[in-house]
Amino acid sequence: MRALDRKLLRDLWRLKGQVATIAAVVACGIASFVALRGTFTSLRESQAAYYEQQRFGDVFATLRRAPESLKARVEEIPGVALAYTRLAETVMLPMDDMPEPAVGRVVSLPADGVPPLDGIYLVSGRLPRVGRADEAVILEAFATAHSLSLGGRIPAVLNGTRRDVRIVGIGMSPEFIFAISNPLDFTGDPKRFCVLWMDRSAVAPTFRMEGAFDDLVLRLQPGASEASVIEALDRLLGPYGAFGAVGRSKQISHSMLEGELQQLEGMALWIPALFLFVAAFLLNVVLTRLVYLQRPQIATLQAIGYPSWRIGAHFVELVSVVVVVGAIVGIALGAYLGRGMSALYAQYFHFPESFFRVDPRLAAIAVLVSVVAALVGALGAVRSILRLVPAEAMRPPTPLVYRLGLVERLGLDRIFGGSGRMVLRELRRQPVRTLLSSIGIALGVAIVVVGRFQADAFEELIDVQFFRAWREDLSVAFVTAAPARVVRELSQLPGVELAEGERYVPVRYRAGPRFRDSVIVGHADDLELRRLLDRDGVLVPVPEEGLLLSAKLAELLEVRPGDDVEVEVKEGERRVRTVRVSGVIDDTFGLMGHMRTAPLHRLVGEEQRVSLVVMRVDARSMDDVQARLKEMPGVGAVTRRMSIIERFRAQSGETMLFFTAILTAFAAIITIGVVYNNARVALSLRGRDLASLRVLGFTRREISAVLLGELGIQVLLALPLGLWLGDAMARLIASSVDPEQYRLPVHISARTYAFAAAVAVVSGIVSALFVRRRLDKLDLVEVLKERE
Amino acid sequence: MSPNADRLGGGAEGRRAVLEARGLTKVYRMGEVDVHALRGVDLDLFEGEFVVLLGASGSGKSTLLNILGGLDVPTSGRVHYREHDLTEADDGALTRYRREHVGFVFQFYNLVPSLTARENVQLVTDISDNPLDPEEALALVGLSERSDHFPAQLSGGEQQRVSIARAIAKRPDVLLCDEPTGALDFRTGILVLDVIERVNRELGTTTAIITHNAPIAAIADRVITIADGSVLSEVRNATKARPADVRW
Repeated sequence: MRALDRKLLRDLWRLKGQVATIAAVVACGIASFVALRGTFTSLRESQAAYYEQQRFGDVFATLRRAPESLKARVEEIPGVALAYTRLAETVMLPMDDMPEPAVGRVVSLPADGVPPLDGIYLVSGRLPRVGRADEAVILEAFATAHSLSLGGRIPAVLNGTRRDVRIVGIGMSPEFIFAISNPLDFTGDPKRFCVLWMDRSAVAPTFRMEGAFDDLVLRLQPGASEASVIEALDRLLGPYGAFGAVGRSKQISHSMLEGELQQLEGMALWIPALFLFVAAFLLNVVLTRLVYLQRPQIATLQAIGYPSWRIGAHFVELVSVVVVVGAIVGIALGAYLGRGMSALYAQYFHFPESFFRVDPRLAAIAVLVSVVAALVGALGAVRSILRLVPAEAMRPPTPLVYRLGLVERLGLDRIFGGSGRMVLRELRRQPVRTLLSSIGIALGVAIVVVGRFQADAFEELIDVQFFRAWREDLSVAFVTAAPARVVRELSQLPGVELAEGERYVPVRYRAGPRFRDSVIVGHADDLELRRLLDRDGVLVPVPEEGLLLSAKLAELLEVRPGDDVEVEVKEGERRVRTVRVSGVIDDTFGLMGHMRTAPLHRLVGEEQRVSLVVMRVDARSMDDVQARLKEMPGVGAVTRRMSIIERFRAQSGETMLFFTAILTAFAAIITIGVVYNNARVALSLRGRDLASLRVLGFTRREISAVLLGELGIQVLLALPLGLWLGDAMARLIASSVDPEQYRLPVHISARTYAFAAAVAVVSGIVSALFVRRRLDKLDLVEVLKERE
Repeated sequence: MSPNADRLGGGAEGRRAVLEARGLTKVYRMGEVDVHALRGVDLDLFEGEFVVLLGASGSGKSTLLNILGGLDVPTSGRVHYREHDLTEADDGALTRYRREHVGFVFQFYNLVPSLTARENVQLVTDISDNPLDPEEALALVGLSERSDHFPAQLSGGEQQRVSIARAIAKRPDVLLCDEPTGALDFRTGILVLDVIERVNRELGTTTAIITHNAPIAAIADRVITIADGSVLSEVRNATKARPADVRW
């Protein structure tokens, strides 16, 4: 081994504390990149492969009922390559293992069992036999959630008739990667929603759909315009009760997955970038100091004939070792975290195979980027070597230039005393380093804030939405709107204290060329159980006349209060009417419109009807009431408010805990990295000064105060900056969530701020203790003999 | 003036000059003041000779040595190493010059603290064409026994001898020593001078020592006294003293 390489190894060993802390920061950067980007690309690839294998459609339409002969006309629409007609019916599944019924969707299978579009991946079992109305392939997630296996039976209420359906197969499909019963059920609880793939000829009579279809999937020709196909399709299907065709971007499963992918892609960029920035900065600080301390050695090497580039390369090698060590740890950690993340994702997004894998190319990119970042950090120090004239380096560096500043000129320095004065001057002499250090620590603080912000936001959201806005115990949704008298009937059930009805009418809002498909919620006049609150929890009354729109919906449609919107009702007579926008509400979920029931009924052209009944139920009678509701015809779903909240907390809780733990650890690593390295640099640059002070009679405590005082100030400066940065980053993340689904309230609790600050302070103290130990061991004679 | 004319003027027994300096000046900018370290120095070093450059602290002798060794460049004037003009040389050429032809010994030894004695010598042998074996070089300075020790485990005299071993391991044409005894006690200093003298005698390496210590001048072939950046006098010793006979 060459002598210079030996020097490298020994330098690395001597700097092991710093090497380890910086490598740890690099490892965090690489780990977050490998985990996030790996999850992103793996999800993307799985998605593409799955869509391809199971022929995921391009355009989707549901309608009330159309004759099969219409299919030929659909296929004549320019741009349509293939049309697949089928039945898709919502049914109730009164499962024995939970009080409220689950929502089922019966999707028909053609006689040969292989749908030309939106195929199924059979995990186990077989397809239902032709003509067997009691056999189904069921959704794997549901089967797992309820521990159902092949040969088992599930109760289903098909068009008012209860039937036990035998499970002959367990499967999944690209249209149900994210499986929920309706777009407002954002929790994605696999227990609550099941798809039953059943033979079409066998179930058609049950739904009175012989020779007819009510669901349509299209494949478009390459290059076809989705918008014009949808327009033509809506025109064609309009008379058959179509609800408005949608492209993939509005298909529930696809849009949820896309939203997640977008968020992942963004995070995979900025989180690693943040770590690499800190790593580059630390390498810069440490290397600059190393070069400064090794000036005589560098000069000697030059004197005995080593070319400058070779010496520069020596330091680059040192940096590379740090990065490579960090990279190896980072890739391993990233693979581990990626697997954990994928497991979390797998609870919501169901693919045939587990999707996480570490792409070697990805790992290579991560390492390359870190090396580049590290070299950028090291560049300044190495360049200063190359510029060094050897004879110049042999001379001891001239004393550092200090100047008197405003504080001294005002005489304010006297209050600091001798140690304070030294701290002050050191900070001022290195304002850029002080600032960058503080920014580094602040990033650590911000990461903790971000890690916990989602938990805060969700708690806030739960509080506003599920405690203050919604106050019912139980809600009952009907498959089709029921006459308003069911409210009175339900209120007379034993144990029901209060029942109130809500009307949900599916509509298309249109303003000029802009449109969105959603609902209008009809509110009765004096509602107690459900109130309308904005994001801040402020009560917003529903106007007597006209529409109250979600602020986001108004923004998308580009309308303001006082403007008109066109409303296409997708029920009943399918009227198209112009409605005045009376107000907007800055709410949390979805894109909604609200009206009083009277004008809404007039708009639809119907007698008083309700889609949902919410009830206050005496806790002792809860089980009885639910049992009665399970038996009731026309009931689509029964939901306990508390079970939504529990589910919400349980599901997001696990994810939150995972991210909070990881991000907190990462933040501590950053903070320790910055504080420890700064302290070590300060110690080695100023060991002589400090030893001189000890010789003059200063105590250990006093010299520690000089050194650690600087660090304390850096941490203190970092706290407000970090909290502010965390707030800003939280806002950024909140805005990266698809705003059409929900809008996270940016509410950061005092606890989160306190926790973030505590992580920084504790990390700082731990680093300080390490350095303090070295300071205590300072060998006065040796340090003073050392020639710098 | 032509170098040839000067060489004749120097008249050093017809031997060839290895290093030739003419009209060297050096001005440093230290903070806010200009320091004139050299004010027009002419100097020759001839093959195989042993020269002592004598001068007080701050006389400019270290600056002169650094320029001769290709560690620094003069503000004006010329330096030739054989037929090469060092003042025209770029950084790469100066590095090659130092690597192939010059051995340095410093007042403070300048050993790499993280490398053992042998490894410090090996630093040079790693990059030289036809070097001595590191052990051989250490044997020459009488340190075979200590080759696995780190600088911190060696006395000042031993460190300086490692530094000499490192300088001669490449078989340099010129050995330049900057106050080699400056940090050593008398007895150890003599030991170090003895090693340098032996290298000059046995390997025939052109050797220049700079020192502020006048008695050391007695062991040289030629003594050049420098004061305030100029050559004050040049004396050829009729008889050379042996290092062991020097007292200070």
